[in-house]
Amino acid sequence: MNALSLQLLNALAALLLLLSFAMLAQRRIVTLVNLLALQGALLCAATLLLAWRTHEGHLFVSAALTLALKVIVLPRLLHRLIRRLDVYWDTDPLLNIPGTMLVGLLVVVFAFGLAQPIAALASTATRSAIGIAVAVILLAFLTMITRRKAMSQVVGFLSMENGLFFGAMSATYGMPMIVELGVALDVLVAMLVLGVFFFQIREQFDSLDLQNFESLREEK
Amino acid sequence: MQFLLLLGTPLIGALVLGVWGGRPRAPEINIAFSAVTFLAAGALAARVVGEGNLIVAREQFFIDPFNVFLVTLTAFVGLTTALFARPYMQVEVELGRLTPRRLQLFHGMYQLFMATMLVALTTNNMGLLWVAMEAATLSTVLLVTLYRTPASLEAGWKYFILCGVGIAQALFGTILLYFAAEQVLGASGVSALLWTHLNAVKGQLEPAVLSLAFVFLLVGYGTKVGLAPLHNWLPDAHAEGPTPISAVLSGLLLNVAMYAVVRCKVLVEGSLRSNLPSHMLMGFGLLSVVLAALFLWRQRDIKRLFAYSSIEHMGIIAFAFGMGGPVATFAALLHMTVHSLTKSAIFFSAGHAAQKAGSQLIERIRGLIDTNPTVGWGLMLSSLAILGLPPFGVFASEFLILTTAMKQQPWATPILLTALGVAFAAILSRVQPMVFGESSGHRLPHPPALLPVFAHLALVLMLGLFIPPYLAQWYQAAARLIGGQ
Repeated sequence: MNALSLQLLNALAALLLLLSFAMLAQRRIVTLVNLLALQGALLCAATLLLAWRTHEGHLFVSAALTLALKVIVLPRLLHRLIRRLDVYWDTDPLLNIPGTMLVGLLVVVFAFGLAQPIAALASTATRSAIGIAVAVILLAFLTMITRRKAMSQVVGFLSMENGLFFGAMSATYGMPMIVELGVALDVLVAMLVLGVFFFQIREQFDSLDLQNFESLREEK
Repeated sequence: MQFLLLLGTPLIGALVLGVWGGRPRAPEINIAFSAVTFLAAGALAARVVGEGNLIVAREQFFIDPFNVFLVTLTAFVGLTTALFARPYMQVEVELGRLTPRRLQLFHGMYQLFMATMLVALTTNNMGLLWVAMEAATLSTVLLVTLYRTPASLEAGWKYFILCGVGIAQALFGTILLYFAAEQVLGASGVSALLWTHLNAVKGQLEPAVLSLAFVFLLVGYGTKVGLAPLHNWLPDAHAEGPTPISAVLSGLLLNVAMYAVVRCKVLVEGSLRSNLPSHMLMGFGLLSVVLAALFLWRQRDIKRLFAYSSIEHMGIIAFAFGMGGPVATFAALLHMTVHSLTKSAIFFSAGHAAQKAGSQLIERIRGLIDTNPTVGWGLMLSSLAILGLPPFGVFASEFLILTTAMKQQPWATPILLTALGVAFAAILSRVQPMVFGESSGHRLPHPPALLPVFAHLALVLMLGLFIPPYLAQWYQAAARLIGGQ
């Protein structure tokens, strides 16, 4: 692996992290989905670059899978849901946006601390990106916690999946093929189930706002 | 051959019932598929007992004493639940709560759910284990929301998102496991996630990475086990879904998730040679027991009550696996069996009781012994069994766990005993008026199927009085495998 492609890979990783922050700040759901698709595209580019440089055949398949699923199918599915369900904006997040960004910064510091022992042991050329992968996972988690609309939470969930894939890629050049196929299948089925599920929620509540979900609290 | 039958039957069943599941004869077809699965599981168990471990399909699947016992249990409860579901769902349709289309969804997804659990139990690949666990959640989400009431949708959403996030942690743990394994087994990528290979080299795996991996794996799969404080989805999903689903979630899915945790623990403990996994399991276990015992007092819904009881028992099992050693592990395996049998029996009788009263609220269910003595006795006896009264098997396993705790972890014994006492009082004080109070309620349009309840109770009773030698050997073999002795 030469210096240029490594530089390029690190740049892609940095962009992934930047996108995670953009998603954290974004309240327009359509844009959120576009950011997710862009994140998928970056992931796909990084995988392709790595596949080309390391000659790991299964990474090509993985890149194709990412392209098909995360860049094309899922964003289209989500856009269609947004149109059919008419949910364009998320309401105010639980924590205001500058506050969320500050928490996000702390999360990134924590993520790099967490990834340190792993990166120290890794023999892959991409080990410096492991910290970024962990940060992407945790930032996606933060997105899920601070949002009220079901749709934004799902986007956060998928972004977490992106982070996990990126982590697997940078630590071990990807998981075995059979596992990656299985995970991709699960994600696809999860989205289909969700589609059905959203319509059921809408039918009942006339909205996708999770504030309606207050009845099943334990009574004090 | 038996193995192919075991996994193939529920998969074909899912396809067939996904298409024909709304027809009048669908419940019988569901029973037939479950019965074939159970026969295949029995044949497989006989073969493993006779010939030892089995590895099939390029090492992607393997059967050892630990998982074959859970496979048999899963297939058995799957069959009895199908038997129970037939009249139960018919009553629901006649009460107008379900339509034939939803029944079709129920039957198809039920078989798919069985298939995913059996794959999770038999796979040798830690990655496939993850995939199957996630698939098990996905196949039950739409079943939890089967009634489409606001509460059931909320429960379904919680179930989906909490288990989804939880299981994402487990995926990260799996990646870390693969990362550690690759350094020992080489970057071939083929064998590095196979449990049998990992188990062979577990002493050489990098401890720092594995301890981090275990934290993620325990949090991930622990969410599905329902360990506190990750248990939030469990009572809702159990209470709002149809009763056959509550029975299989509680009796089977929690066990399968616990199985995943234990498989990971064996690997990590072998690498670390420290007590971190044990301490974490004991900590989560005790917390679950205590929290569940306290929450039991607040419950007004019969299915929520027993859902919290499941959290309590999963806590006891986690604690026992955490203590480790042959006796505690043996007791934990026994407890998994008897809890699964008893808890599904409870849900069967509680489901019929709620149908009779027209409500799941405990205060509305009264005097079952007058209106339908068999439902009443079923609920009473199975509640006594789950509370750990002597002749039943739960007593035997809890007794073993407590006596081992006294020897190995004396500090934990008073906590456990108090929590068990609190849970005892909470459950008994609620079940007693439901069974013996002034009667309310009406006759059901279909006679309830109580054979499963009493079959389960008979088995639990037998396990309490006398464990047949071959069964005891089987448990011991599994305990040796996990406990390492």
